[in-house]
Amino acid sequence: MITRPAIAVRSLSKTFTLHNRGGMNIPVFDGLDLEVLPGECVVLAGDSGVGKSTLMRTLFGNYLPSGGSVHVRHEGVLVDITHAPPHVLANLRKHTFGYVSQFLRVIPRIATMDLVMEPLLANGVSREIAHERACTMLRALRLPEGHWALPPATFSGGEQQRVNIARSFICDYPVLLLDEPTASLDAANRAIVVDLIKAALGRGVAMVGIFHDEDVRNSVATRYFSVSDFKAAA
Amino acid sequence: MSAALALMPDDTPLLRVEGLTKRYGAIIGCENVSFDLRPGEILGIVGESGSGKTTVLNCVSGKLAPTSGGVQFKTRRHGLANIHELSEPDRRRVQREDWGFVHQNPRDGLRMRVSGGANVAEPLMNLGDRHYGRMRQATIDWLNRVELDISRIDHKPRTFSGGMQQRIQIARNLIHAPRLVFMDEPTGGLDVSVQARLLDLLRELVRDLDLSAIIVTHDMAVARLMAARLMVMKGGHVVETGLTDQVLDDPQHPYTQLLVSSVLQI
Repeated sequence: MITRPAIAVRSLSKTFTLHNRGGMNIPVFDGLDLEVLPGECVVLAGDSGVGKSTLMRTLFGNYLPSGGSVHVRHEGVLVDITHAPPHVLANLRKHTFGYVSQFLRVIPRIATMDLVMEPLLANGVSREIAHERACTMLRALRLPEGHWALPPATFSGGEQQRVNIARSFICDYPVLLLDEPTASLDAANRAIVVDLIKAALGRGVAMVGIFHDEDVRNSVATRYFSVSDFKAAA
Repeated sequence: MSAALALMPDDTPLLRVEGLTKRYGAIIGCENVSFDLRPGEILGIVGESGSGKTTVLNCVSGKLAPTSGGVQFKTRRHGLANIHELSEPDRRRVQREDWGFVHQNPRDGLRMRVSGGANVAEPLMNLGDRHYGRMRQATIDWLNRVELDISRIDHKPRTFSGGMQQRIQIARNLIHAPRLVFMDEPTGGLDVSVQARLLDLLRELVRDLDLSAIIVTHDMAVARLMAARLMVMKGGHVVETGLTDQVLDDPQHPYTQLLVSSVLQI
């Protein structure tokens, strides 16, 4: 049986045009092809500034590509997110697509517990079950119970990072994008996140990730993908 | 459920605006504005003052007759109807039954001579409810929901602070269970701390009631917080639309780039 890709990228290109700098063009990548199968963790390789995060954000629909397409399998169908109307992309993000960024970007003054429950509630899970699963997740990530009722604004970088991870892993999204999820974590917490990622791979989640930590990278990568191979000519 | 159905839970728009144009003599208020709004969707309209965002809001909400173009809305009573082709009484009924309108200045949306409680209950009365016990209970429920002190139910709006007046206005506009709410700079005149609390409240209500909303604001942070989709206007024209995070993180149009890069960081 042929496994069908969860993400299919075809001749994707991205160039930033800065209109307020006289229309200056910053080409990032061009003609990029990539397929990610369920159960794969494709780790993006390349030096800083080569466009790894730009690719990641383009896959998520946060950046608009200059050309090409990104298809993501959503409820069994490949959806072209680069041409999908906004409400389709919003729906896809709600049910299919998790994204862990380097920084926690949340609404101020909302308690950690509510933030972690939110993706489940948005998916129609009852408050009781959402609360139970959030407790399990926060405990697994060793976030002190005394913190759960507090908004994460005053937490350390590592604690905020773990809130971020909890929000994205709580939903069992079939597709996950991980942009440096372990950047500000100590060794013990890194190991916990590595276990979460491996468990997700075991469930057949398709992942694309950026990891600067070599040990993490080597323990979760099923293959490497070099973004610099598609460097656009300046 | 088939995959195609699951993909689009409710694909029929609640509101469809097509080629909306408003001219004031030779001056363009807005030109050729089109968009769809689905149940539960929140659209933000951003742009500087004079960009036409309030003109769009007023034309869509039936306060202002457009020069050309149509505003189709799925009314409870008439099904899909062009708002501007309905008779005046029918249009007013749609406004009363299906819509809410939250003004920037609570004075524009409240009746200052009657009590806060009466302001909240009035929409029910306008819809024909005559059961005072039930209306009073609904009013108390809503004052609780917007976190206002029940003991002040009989006080006049002018005795409340700006933030509290805005809460009364919100309760007044949601008590009749509208399906679409228009908001014109809903937190514009408030202190930052009051603004943040009010935005939290609005977000929660919109999610719990599955409301659709159109929010006009010049504040990018409010837009990011409240709206899933964004429409950027300049000189009466829509220059860019898309998912809010895409428009704000990777703006394409020169004006949007200027707008986003001009936001002060704290």
